[in-house]
Amino acid sequence: MLVLENILLALNGLRANKTRSILTMLGIIIGIASVITIMTIGNSITSSVTNQMNSMGAANITLGVQQKSSGVEEDARGMSFRRGPQRDEMRDEDYITGEMVDDLLTVMDDELDVALRSHDLGNGSITDKNNKGSVNVSGVNNDFIKNENLEMVAGRIFTGKDQKEARKVAVVSDKLISDVFKIDNEEALGKQITVVIENQYKHYTIVGVYHYDTSKEVYSFSSDRATNMYVPLLTAFHEHHTKERYRDLEITVQDTSKADDTIKEIERYLNGRYFRNNESFEVVGFSMASMIQSYTEMMGTLSIAISVIAGISLLVGGIGVMNIMLVSIQERTREIGTRKALGATNSSIRMQFIVEAIVLCIVGGLIGIVIGLIAGYVATPIIDEEATFYAPINGILMSVGFSVAVGVFFGYYPANKAAKMNPIDALRYE
Amino acid sequence: MEPIVDARKIYKRYYIGQPNELEILHGVDIKVYPGEFVAIVGASGSGKSTLMNILGVLDKPTEGEYFLDGVDVSNSDDSELSAIRNKKIGFVFQTYNLISRQSALKNVELPMLYAGMSGRARARRAKELMAMVGMEDRMDHNPDELSGGQKQRVAIARAMGNNPAMILADEPTGALDTKTGRLVMDIFHRLNEEHGKTIILITHSPELAEETQRILTLSDGVIIGEREGKGHAGA
Ligand SMILES: Nc1ncnc2c1ncn2[C@@H]1O[C@H](COP(=O)(O)OP(=O)(O)OP(=O)(O)O)[C@@H](O)[C@H]1O
Ligand SMILES: [Mg+2]
Repeated sequence: MLVLENILLALNGLRANKTRSILTMLGIIIGIASVITIMTIGNSITSSVTNQMNSMGAANITLGVQQKSSGVEEDARGMSFRRGPQRDEMRDEDYITGEMVDDLLTVMDDELDVALRSHDLGNGSITDKNNKGSVNVSGVNNDFIKNENLEMVAGRIFTGKDQKEARKVAVVSDKLISDVFKIDNEEALGKQITVVIENQYKHYTIVGVYHYDTSKEVYSFSSDRATNMYVPLLTAFHEHHTKERYRDLEITVQDTSKADDTIKEIERYLNGRYFRNNESFEVVGFSMASMIQSYTEMMGTLSIAISVIAGISLLVGGIGVMNIMLVSIQERTREIGTRKALGATNSSIRMQFIVEAIVLCIVGGLIGIVIGLIAGYVATPIIDEEATFYAPINGILMSVGFSVAVGVFFGYYPANKAAKMNPIDALRYE
Repeated sequence: MEPIVDARKIYKRYYIGQPNELEILHGVDIKVYPGEFVAIVGASGSGKSTLMNILGVLDKPTEGEYFLDGVDVSNSDDSELSAIRNKKIGFVFQTYNLISRQSALKNVELPMLYAGMSGRARARRAKELMAMVGMEDRMDHNPDELSGGQKQRVAIARAMGNNPAMILADEPTGALDTKTGRLVMDIFHRLNEEHGKTIILITHSPELAEETQRILTLSDGVIIGEREGKGHAGA
């Protein structure tokens, strides 16, 4: 009851002393506005950057075999010497083998999730009667297929036996089925198809059909776009008469935010164990997540800097509030005396002035929030065109909380001074 | 009948223990009975206001006993004194002391607010009191939009907020012309006669003092005379 009256009274007072109130609130307005601006920009851009990077597979690390960058190396005595001539062409021993991947996954079990193993067989065509369709054929493990997030409309993905025995089975798109065979997806299951890749005829049995999502096409000029056709991983290697080996492959990690460290560890392990004596090639890792990591770290540093600035202006603003409260209490000494004569207790006087300080701070905080949101809204598209405006809810709640805290902290001393005034001294004050 | 005010041997000193120690009240005895209308007169600086503030528990005597409504208030703490001022006493000041940023009605509500009365009950009673002092058409005005006499009427309505037993008025007509003073004085008579309020009035006007039931004369911190006024039942 008393609190509500006090809030109304304080708002009245704000209105009566507009200029003075605004000047007093300036520190708080600037502090909160700068935090909200930065948080709005940060949040908006971060969400757009993360979205972009995630759509590019941010959770994955790409490992690749690369030619060593320089032939110059230092020996133990610090003397530099030139290595022997480097090979450009990769030989069998330069690839990352399936065993290496297995080994890596066991050794770094805590950091790594799964390897998305695939082997490309190239572009092929499938003909039935007068209809022709083209496919990109690749051998994949089941982790790879799961990572593609395919929507299966008929049949299944590969079984363990399909994989282990390198069976000649395939998963194709519903677009291929309807374009070429013109039958139902269910009817396609078990159907023998012949794919022509580089003039070689290869036969597979369809075991699954997935839904081809046209909305995910980046560009589509023609209706006979190639869709993906999947076969078991070993099947693909067998077609090329090689063992399981990779020039590059993707591995998913447990914790995206540590991708940078994980990459370093993988490089150290593989290069140390398997590529130590390889003069020409080494394993190099790359990840979108590491970009996110450094971006996040940068935003973190920026946030700390801004928080410090905000903290200082809130402190200055708080001192301003305390100062104006002391002045106001001085001016209203007779009012305080009168209130006490009418029966106000010390604690109700104290509350009146603390509420007044809090109201001052909250109004300042709200003005700061509005200014910050507007500034953020205006600045975000200037910094990143693709970013969408995203109001920092946590920041707003925190700002209101901080305003209240500043009001209580800096309002307490003046309010207590008012509460402790001797009623008769206050009444006689000129 | 038990006196509502029973102050014995009241001393008030300032600058105690310092070379310029000053004794303003030299052992004043005063008794006021419920329903009485008493005037305190005396030269400026004689200690009238000092005594009144002690009777209104705004100030504490340096020495002496004070029983208010039968209760010894000498040892009451701040919050007990606040409650006494809130419930038992209504103050009317020479300078009105209305709170400037609040409407007349809100001013009248103040004692009720501190008594914890609900908003609706406050507003209803405040309107009645404003009507009683003839200010019902100025309720939403701020104090700075009122004349001195109007302000004092609002202040009297405010003093009546929690229906206290006693009204203490320190020169309530001091800043008003005779005609307006008359109007205010009539209100005090009504409060005394119709509502049975005990009233202690400080005034420099012999005529107004004469209208009360009993007149106490204070001189240099001592009560030097006590006589009946025209308002006394027997007069
Ligand atoms: N806080 C104080 N400190 C020192 N002296 C004080 C204080 N308050 C009052 N006095 C002194 O007490 C004396 C009595 O003051 P008081 O206000 O009671 O006089 P009064 O009879 O009400 O006079 P008036 O008719 O002019 O209002 C004065 O001399 C005044 O200077
Ligand atoms: Mg006086």
